[in-house]
Amino acid sequence: MRPLREVFLGAESDANLLVGLEHPDDAAVYRVSDSLAVILTTDFFTPIVDDPYDYGAIAAANAMSDVYAMGGEVVLALNIAAFPADLPLEIVQEILRGGAEKVLEAGGVIAGGHTVDDPEPKYGLAVMGLVHPLRVAVKVGAEPGDKLVLTKPLGVGIVTTAFKSDVAEPRSLAEAVQSMKRLNRDAARAMTAGVYHAATDITGFGLIGHSWEMAGRTGVCFRFHLDALPFVHGARSLAEDWLFPGGANRNQEAYAPHVTFSPDIGEEVQMLLHTPETSGGLLIAVPAEEVEPLVERCAALRQPAWLVGDVLEGEGIRVD
Amino acid sequence: MSRVVDARGLACPQPVILTRKAMEDETDLVTLVDSETSRDNVRRMAEKVGRTVAVSYQDGAYQIHISGAPGLTRPPSHEAVPGLVLVVSDNQMGRGDPELGKVLIRGFFHTLVEALGKAGTCPQTVIFFNAGVWLTLDDSPVLEDLRALGDQGVTMLACGTCLRHYGVLERLAVGQVSNMYDIAEAMLSAGRVVTL
Repeated sequence: MRPLREVFLGAESDANLLVGLEHPDDAAVYRVSDSLAVILTTDFFTPIVDDPYDYGAIAAANAMSDVYAMGGEVVLALNIAAFPADLPLEIVQEILRGGAEKVLEAGGVIAGGHTVDDPEPKYGLAVMGLVHPLRVAVKVGAEPGDKLVLTKPLGVGIVTTAFKSDVAEPRSLAEAVQSMKRLNRDAARAMTAGVYHAATDITGFGLIGHSWEMAGRTGVCFRFHLDALPFVHGARSLAEDWLFPGGANRNQEAYAPHVTFSPDIGEEVQMLLHTPETSGGLLIAVPAEEVEPLVERCAALRQPAWLVGDVLEGEGIRVD
Repeated sequence: MSRVVDARGLACPQPVILTRKAMEDETDLVTLVDSETSRDNVRRMAEKVGRTVAVSYQDGAYQIHISGAPGLTRPPSHEAVPGLVLVVSDNQMGRGDPELGKVLIRGFFHTLVEALGKAGTCPQTVIFFNAGVWLTLDDSPVLEDLRALGDQGVTMLACGTCLRHYGVLERLAVGQVSNMYDIAEAMLSAGRVVTL
C-alpha cells in the first residue's frame, strides 16, 4: 500500500490516531481514552502448506502477530476468506477451525467474517487488539547501545517454498510449521513486562528489510552477528543450493543498498537474510541491562529468545 | 544439440530446481526462463558450482547456456597435498628481530598463494594457535592471502581458547573458531605436519 499512501491522506488530522500511514508501522493504533487504545490490523494469504488446519492456524497467527508487535493483546477477529466453489467443505472447515482455535489460544474470539468465491484460496483475519496508549511498541526508538533480541528462528520462507517443490526434508517443514503456528503473544508479554525501545515482527521483507524499517527511520545502525542468528533445520543448505523464492530477489533489490555484509559472508547467506519470512518472530530493541531479564522472562514462558545483535551510532544494517 | 530445460512461466525456485536436476549429468544445457528473477537465480546457482554461463534474449525468453563438467560441486582448482597440515603458532617467522619476522611471514603466505596449483605446495589445513591467531584477525597483515587460500578450499582452524585468551574472538576475520579436539585430530591424523 505504501506507494499509494497519498490516496489515503487526510485521515492524519485525527489526534487520536496514534499510529497511521504518516509513520507506517505494524498496525494502526487509535486512542479511545487516556488508558485505552485500539490496535487494528489485517493480513491474509494463499496456502503456504498443504495441511488445511495448519494453513488456517498459520494465517491466523501471522495476522495476530501485528497486534503483538505493537505490544498489545488480541480481543476480537473476523475471518477474511476466498475459496473456490468446488473446494470440498471439509477442507474449508479445517482451514477455519485452524484459524478459530488459534484465536481462542490467543485469548480472543472470532466474531464473524466474510467469504467470497475465488479460484485461488485465500485466508486470514482482521484483528482488533488493545494496548495502553503509552505502552505502544513502535518501530522507531532504538538507541545506540541497545541490544537486539529475536524470538523465532529464520528461514521458514525458503523451507516452505522448497517443500512445495519436493526439495525440502519433512523435518525442515515440521520445524517451520511449528514456528509459524506459534503465537507471538508470550514474546510480547515478556517484552511489555520490562523496558523496551522498539519492536517489529519479521515477515515479508525478511530480516534485513524489517530491520531497515526500524533502523532507517530511527537514524541508527543495526549490527547482527551471523553466528548468533537462529535458522530452522534445512534453511542454510537450501540457500547453499540457491533455492530461493522470487520474493528474496525483490527484497534484495530493495534493501541491498542499506546493508553491509562482512566480506567472508557468502552471497547465499546474504540472500537468505533477504528471503521473505511468514509469521516470524519479534525483533526487539532493549537497553543492554534489560537483555538478561527479558531472556529470563521468555524462558519462564518457554518462549525462545536469541540475542542476535546490537544498535550502534550510524546508519544502515551491518552483518558481521 | 544441448538439452533444453523449459522453465518458462514457472516461479522460483522451480527453474533452479529443474536446472540443477539436468546439471547432474549434462555437460551442456540451455534453460529457458521468462523473468529476470529466474534468469539471475539460475545463473548464480550455476556459477556457484563452477559452470560457465552465457545468457541471451530471444523471442520473449532468456536462454541461459550452461557449460562445463557435469556435477553439482565445484571442482577443486588447486592441487592440495593430501594430509598436509600447516601449523602456525606465532605471528612472526623465525627467531631474532621481530620486525624481520613479520616481513618474513607476509612473504611466506604471499608465496604460498602465488604457488597455488603447483604440485606439493598447498596444504589441506592450516592451524593457528597461540600468537598465531593474530594472523586471522581483521587487521592481519596476511588477511588477503589467507582469504585466497580459503577460496581455494583450504580449511583454516583458529584456536578458540587462544582467541578468547587474547580477547579477540569477535575480530576473527578468516577461518573458523576451533577447539583442541579438532586441532589435535587434524594434527595427529595428518600425513605430514609442517610447523612454521
